[in-house]
Amino acid sequence: MADEAQSEGPGLVFHPMDQFQVVPLFGDGEVHWYTITNVTMWMAITVACIAALMVLGAKGRAVIPGRAQSLAELSYGFVYKMIEDVTGKDGLKYFPYVMVLFLFILFSNFLGLLPAAFTTTSHIAVTGMLALAVFIGVSVLGFVKNGPSFLGLFWVTSAPLAIRPVLAVIEVISYFVRPVSHSIRLAGNMTAGHAVIKVFAGFAQLVAISPLAVLGVTMMYGLEVLVAFIQAYVFTILTCVYLKDALHPHH
Amino acid sequence: MANETHGTDAAGDAVVLHGQVVEHPTELQHVEAGMPQLDFTTYANQIFWLIVALAAIYWILSKIALPRIAMILAERRGTISNDIAAAEELKSQAQEAEAAYQKALADAKAESARIVAEAKAEIKAELDAAIARADEEIAAKTAESEKAIAAIRASASESVEAVAKDTAAALVAAFGQAPDQAAIDAAVDTRVKG
Repeated sequence: MADEAQSEGPGLVFHPMDQFQVVPLFGDGEVHWYTITNVTMWMAITVACIAALMVLGAKGRAVIPGRAQSLAELSYGFVYKMIEDVTGKDGLKYFPYVMVLFLFILFSNFLGLLPAAFTTTSHIAVTGMLALAVFIGVSVLGFVKNGPSFLGLFWVTSAPLAIRPVLAVIEVISYFVRPVSHSIRLAGNMTAGHAVIKVFAGFAQLVAISPLAVLGVTMMYGLEVLVAFIQAYVFTILTCVYLKDALHPHH
Repeated sequence: MANETHGTDAAGDAVVLHGQVVEHPTELQHVEAGMPQLDFTTYANQIFWLIVALAAIYWILSKIALPRIAMILAERRGTISNDIAAAEELKSQAQEAEAAYQKALADAKAESARIVAEAKAEIKAELDAAIARADEEIAAKTAESEKAIAAIRASASESVEAVAKDTAAALVAAFGQAPDQAAIDAAVDTRVKG
């Protein structure tokens, strides 16, 4: 394309952010809301992989599970136990929603690590939507379950009366910052890791430092595998924490 | 994004295609800022497909996957608790069997001891009876023999008396005197008894 031709002047060529571009799969048109893009494709692959693991993996319904079924049961038990531990028994009603979030983020993160893949969770549009869905869902749930007493979440009764208003302001601010941090944490981690890998890969163009660059890519990749899981875990456990605040707003 | 820029350029001014493309403000943003994440024109697309994907995952999980896995886990829990109950039952059965065996063993031991004691008592009784009988026989035989001996002795002393009387009579006759039978008998009797 035109910009590549421009930057391919002297020396190194870096395109660390090209991997995040949203492009139509068919033709070169504009990206409308309905256009089938690489986002569509990778989200479809994510859905397919989740279906393969959770549906086909548990197809045998074996009492003694095979490998795929063990994984499916493991992820089920992992999220189930997380909700039970963090949110409490009454949070188990929302288990399917949390499971959807966890599996989508986990699989998007891992699929994004495939070479030449597109990482859907590296986009703030996606993570922001997820975080907003959690934020709005939890807030509405809090008011529906507790009525106006949900506002007690901001009134820290364990603190001295004098500093409670100050704390209330801080609590309100932190409450509304939640979706921002929730989404930027995930997208930022994904973007940064992938961009750093690309930068290392760009250095591989220089023969002298290419072994170092390849080593760097390898190490970053290992780190990113870890990050891919940890970020899915963090997003899910924070969702559980917010859910707990909605169900039990009094500290 | 370059494609999009091409499109708008083509719509606006067909001449500006290669050289001045970099001058275009959106193109500059792409080259310098370079964050496709901040390209708001793609947001609608991503959000739409995200909702589609999440709905699909939710449908797959809630309709098929989660109930199935929950069922598998419940089934396994049931199987395990059933197996444990069966094992408990078998264990108690084994304990019962062992207790029955021990009881049978103790019974058999007591029975054998009883039989042994009985046999001993029987043998002892028989032995006592035999000994008593033998004693009796021996006593009878002894008495008989004593009687015989007494008879023999009596007959022997009688013979001695007779011989003594005869001898005395013969002696008296030898001395030339008429033997007085009565005096001889009395003398012999006193001598023999004395």
